[in-house]
Amino acid sequence: MNIHNASWVRQDIIAASPRPAAQGGVAEWARKNLFNGWLSTLLTVASVTIVVWMAMALAPWLSNSIWRANSLAECRQILDGASGACWGVIRDRWPQLLFGFYPPHLYWRPVLTFALLIAALAPILFRAIPQRALWFSAVYPGFAYWLIWGGSLWFPVAVYCGVVVAAGLLYLTARVSRGLAVASATVGAALWWTYAVQLVSALADDVLPIALTPVASREIGGFLLSIIIGVTGIALSLPLGILLALGRRSSLPLIHLLSVTFIEFIRGVPLITLLFTASLLLNYFLPPGTNFDLILRVVIMVTLFASAYMAEVIRGGLAALPRGQYEAAEALGLDYWKAQRLVILPQALKISIPGIVNSFIGLFKDTTLVMFIGLLDPIALAAAIRANTDWQGIYWELFIFIGAVFFVFCFGMSRYSIHLERRLKTDHR
Amino acid sequence: MKLTIALAAVAAATLTSGIATAGTMADIQARGKLNCGVTGGQAGFSAPDASGVWHGMDVDYCRAIAAAVLKDPNAVNFIPTTGQTRFTALASGEIDILSRTTTWTFSRDVDLKFTFAGVNYYDGQAFMVPKSLGIKSAKDLDGATVCIQTGTTTELNLAEYFRKNNMKYEPVPVENNADVQQKYLAGGCDVYTSDGSDLASTRSSFKNPEHHIILPEVISKEPLGPLVRQGDDQWADVARWTLNALISAEELGITAENVEKLSAGSDNPDVNRLLGKEDKLGEMLGLDAEWAKRAIAAEGNYGEIFARNLGDKTPIALPRGLNAVWTDGGLMYGLPLR
Repeated sequence: MNIHNASWVRQDIIAASPRPAAQGGVAEWARKNLFNGWLSTLLTVASVTIVVWMAMALAPWLSNSIWRANSLAECRQILDGASGACWGVIRDRWPQLLFGFYPPHLYWRPVLTFALLIAALAPILFRAIPQRALWFSAVYPGFAYWLIWGGSLWFPVAVYCGVVVAAGLLYLTARVSRGLAVASATVGAALWWTYAVQLVSALADDVLPIALTPVASREIGGFLLSIIIGVTGIALSLPLGILLALGRRSSLPLIHLLSVTFIEFIRGVPLITLLFTASLLLNYFLPPGTNFDLILRVVIMVTLFASAYMAEVIRGGLAALPRGQYEAAEALGLDYWKAQRLVILPQALKISIPGIVNSFIGLFKDTTLVMFIGLLDPIALAAAIRANTDWQGIYWELFIFIGAVFFVFCFGMSRYSIHLERRLKTDHR
Repeated sequence: MKLTIALAAVAAATLTSGIATAGTMADIQARGKLNCGVTGGQAGFSAPDASGVWHGMDVDYCRAIAAAVLKDPNAVNFIPTTGQTRFTALASGEIDILSRTTTWTFSRDVDLKFTFAGVNYYDGQAFMVPKSLGIKSAKDLDGATVCIQTGTTTELNLAEYFRKNNMKYEPVPVENNADVQQKYLAGGCDVYTSDGSDLASTRSSFKNPEHHIILPEVISKEPLGPLVRQGDDQWADVARWTLNALISAEELGITAENVEKLSAGSDNPDVNRLLGKEDKLGEMLGLDAEWAKRAIAAEGNYGEIFARNLGDKTPIALPRGLNAVWTDGGLMYGLPLR
């Protein structure tokens, strides 16, 4: 085709004309998205009806909210027959829902612990915080334990000294052989924790007593308990899960077999069974009078449970990596741990982020199961509050409040995972 | 085979733990605190208030024991237990006494190896219906839909009662008490059945309690009482006789208010014996002479405890009924302290 053979060719550009009035604007958007065909129209009308109906049903209940009442009977008296939410129960009992039976004059301790938790998490979660702040994150667990349970400061310090002992042994024996170094460090730390901790903390106490009023585990409840179990479980299950996932893919038969057995056993058993084991069965087998803290037992069980799931999530990420990555890492001359740390895990973990956060959220919500073994988590406290004659008969208000608090935490985790995914997105730009 | 071995191991562990804690009272006195297992929340029996202080029938009984044994009614750790954990908690020694609306039955006493200290509340299963149905007796309930908590003895009692009376019913199983209330009020069932005390306290929480009636028939026996591990008779005696001291105190007219005055001495030898002026009852129990005086001073006699937690002054407003002392036609019969 030769353009010169054409009888007429336009040489200038037509000026843009405004689009027809019927196309564009709200009306066009609604037609395209809401009333596009009879099915779409039907669904739109149905859902709008449901939303309006729910709003109509809830609006009077919410707009008649009563905050200033000290019992359900008082609420009903104020409402005088109208339907309305009685939030007075939250005003009356929110310290209990947050802290359980923690002594009120010591509330500052869990509050400070929570504030410091945010400070300790910041350098791990966000890049903008200088990485030097990580030393605080490392010290935080011991400090948090001391703040919440009280007692002597030297006990957590002595426990931390075990890590120093292990590091020292590792450094001293590293030249002889790597296996020996790891073994001696492990044995040294274990010996320190079993025999020296009590002695050292008692000695330090004599020299310089620094102690807070001790608070017993049974006084800890409410969201404080949920957060203690949830955060500890989350923080411990990720590293354990990574080790288990690597163990399951290991070529050493013993490690492989142990990992598979552990993961499959824990995944095959409901969490509630493990919790009952922690609270009931251990009681039979431990010598009478053993003071093995119930919260500690529960944290251990929840961590084991979550780490088995975590291992499978991370194994999914490992399996998704192309074989070439493993071969490339080997071709670079990296040993196993360096290859995992520098090449494999950064990619595998990135792929697994949605699954990992999913497990975290599930774990945090599962903490409410501890009510079945007699620990006073928010749900159990709601039952206890309803048993008080002042608030007997109240129902939705407590559960809405508890649900809202859980939503804030879980939604926060979910948003952070999206942020992390975006930050780490390096492919397909 | 393996199961048998595992069960034997559990039994052996239970046994050894029972032997090792043979001196429960010495343990408690060394510890300075009584570990009392209660329910996590049941109106009138045990529930924490806004400042975390526990109140209720079962709670007050533990305070009386603490007063008798430790001379301080507040030296109690209240440990919330659930229906599943209560017996293990007691058997394993985590708690010293279980005071948790527990029905005294043969199998619990004999098979589970516990000792009941007595009965602190005579309960029984009953029915609640809306007044508008016009039902006056449980015999009129043929064909009714019945709301019931699952996994309880009430479920079995209900089935037996209807079979015995040749009636039909449709059970509406619901998980817990709060859900049953919602379901019943929403009209999901015609009848709600549970223990009488539970029905009364549930009804008291309704918006219009006068629109509901509790039918006169009581279809089961639920004697609720505190229990301890079998094999430590001294501790079981303390639990049993503290309860009897509280009941006897009501019979004798000793209250938290006048106990101090009466303990100086009175004309009634029964009062003198109970409060430690005559005989040496406390020493036989391994306590001092004033144990019962302290137990009564802690939260009052049985009648006062009942009135404060379940009686007319509370929204629950249960009549004494079977729980009146025997001289008033009830079943509360304080064993003679002499």
